[in-house]
Amino acid sequence: MDRAFQFNSRRIKAIMIKELRDFRRNRFVIVTMMLLPIIFILAPLISIFSIKAGVLSPQIQTRIGISLFYMLLIPAIVPTVISAYSVVGEKEQGTLEPILITPISREEFLIGKALAAVVPAVAVAYFVFGIFLLATSLFASAQIHSVIFNGPRLLIQFVYTPLIAGWSIWACLAISSRTNDVRVAQQLSTLASLPPLLIVVLFATDVISPTIKYAIYFAILLLLINLAGWKLVSRLFNEERLITGSTRNG
Amino acid sequence: MLTQTESESNHNGDYALSVENLSKNFGQRTAFKNISFKVAYGEIFGFLGPNGAGKTTTVRTLGTLLKPTSGQAFVGGIKLNESNSQKIRSVISIMPENPGLYGRLSIQENLECFGELYRLADPKEKIAQSLKAVNLFDRRNDLCRSLSKGLKQRVGLARSLLNNPKILFLDEPSSGLDPVATKEVQELILNLKSKGITVFLTTHRLEEAEKLCDKVAIINTELKLIGKTDEIRSQLFNSTVELKTVHPIENTVELLDNNPDINSWTNSESTYLLQVGTPSTMIPKIVNLLVENNVEILAIGELRHSLEDIYLKTVENG
Ligand SMILES: Nc1ncnc2c1ncn2[C@@H]1O[C@H](COP(=O)(O)OP(=O)(O)OP(=O)(O)O)[C@@H](O)[C@H]1O
Ligand SMILES: [Mg+2]
Repeated sequence: MDRAFQFNSRRIKAIMIKELRDFRRNRFVIVTMMLLPIIFILAPLISIFSIKAGVLSPQIQTRIGISLFYMLLIPAIVPTVISAYSVVGEKEQGTLEPILITPISREEFLIGKALAAVVPAVAVAYFVFGIFLLATSLFASAQIHSVIFNGPRLLIQFVYTPLIAGWSIWACLAISSRTNDVRVAQQLSTLASLPPLLIVVLFATDVISPTIKYAIYFAILLLLINLAGWKLVSRLFNEERLITGSTRNG
Repeated sequence: MLTQTESESNHNGDYALSVENLSKNFGQRTAFKNISFKVAYGEIFGFLGPNGAGKTTTVRTLGTLLKPTSGQAFVGGIKLNESNSQKIRSVISIMPENPGLYGRLSIQENLECFGELYRLADPKEKIAQSLKAVNLFDRRNDLCRSLSKGLKQRVGLARSLLNNPKILFLDEPSSGLDPVATKEVQELILNLKSKGITVFLTTHRLEEAEKLCDKVAIINTELKLIGKTDEIRSQLFNSTVELKTVHPIENTVELLDNNPDINSWTNSESTYLLQVGTPSTMIPKIVNLLVENNVEILAIGELRHSLEDIYLKTVENG
């Protein structure tokens, strides 16, 4: 089982590129990538702009917090939707055997796959958040502006986005390496992607006060969870099982 | 049965493949057991057996994808174990039964991915070369999901040539192909041999093995038989001589029954099948005897047994 850990960026890039090329021609992935951001930008914008100018009550703070949280669903959900196909699709097409017979290590293979899902998801999430910030700085009242353009909140939004996407992808890879059904993989991993969002909800609802200190603590926690997820997936990635479970008549 | 079991030391650089008492179990189920054989460099080695005989599992085990349960093997002179699997992978290629292409990627893109995984020095050139070797260069921009089975097989072959393997495992490369596509693949395989590549070929097609292989093994969980195709024929069967005469032979007791050179015989009308020891020396003697006795001979010759006879006989005898 334990093979020397090795890491070659050329191989990782090769896996990433072939995944992205595959996504590009997958109508389901394209539609998802276009629809989800639209859905996830509309609700927060409507919510923010329907706040009446005037007093800033704690409820309004919460409402803004929830809107920001809502946009963090993008890094949670997008990677699972696009990469549930990842391992299951490889099994269905019988592509794992030729891949694994090359000198690629399982770490390289998994990282390539993870990056191929995380990079577009984070890009979409940042893009949506960028639009949101632009819209609020142009059109929102000064009070709302001051709540959103606040150090800890911005930190949470930017730093947690890749961390949440990372968690989500490990959950998805772990699940899809153990099932042969794309739909099951998708549903289970969407569910599994949600727990880290709990931290964000606690910030949004001021159960944990959104200070820089706490934001960093929980970022570190998420990072550790990511590392654990990565270890777990590497462990679950059993070549023998993936290959012999892959074809019907051998 | 005839198996090669001479034990050797840890050095087996002389053989492309050297396998000793190799076994693989999946839990309680035995995929193959106590298999031993040797394949010289540059040979085409045919690995024959019925469904479920363990052919694919053998390929995967020798290809470092599965861990053997017991026994040992050398692949390209390198001992088969986990710490050597990278080394072994760099000298072999496997074309699985299902070519396993990314359907949404073009032929070129599929090969580009593998060219990078092998870290080729000049991927562009090597990919073009591999595609030309299988006559697919003009179709390199087609998406793989739109290809026919035969074309997919050829893409798989092109892909397995990318790393200049010394040993190439082909798992039923012509299964499901029409006669024309089969012939093309077979020509490609012979072409590989002429380039000095050792080919390990599993197949259901006996005439294919007979046509392509220098050596064949028949397995059914255990190795039933191994040898050069010609040698196997004479080991397993008496040679059969077919004799056609103008009129049925009248004096069969004297000419056939009491003839010490003929072990047994059968006939239908004036066509006779004679079981003899070595046809090359027996045929002239038989001809002389018949001519002396005024039997008019239309034709006489050795009947070659097809591998199929051997295969069925071996598999049926368990
Ligand atoms: N992952 C597995 N778990 C349990 N049994 C397996 C597994 N893979 C293969 N087998 C069994 O091992 C035996 C050999 O299978 P294998 O696929 O090697 O046969 P094969 O000779 O390639 O057959 P075919 O001609 O149908 O391709 C079969 O009985 C098969 O059911
Ligand atoms: Mg098979």
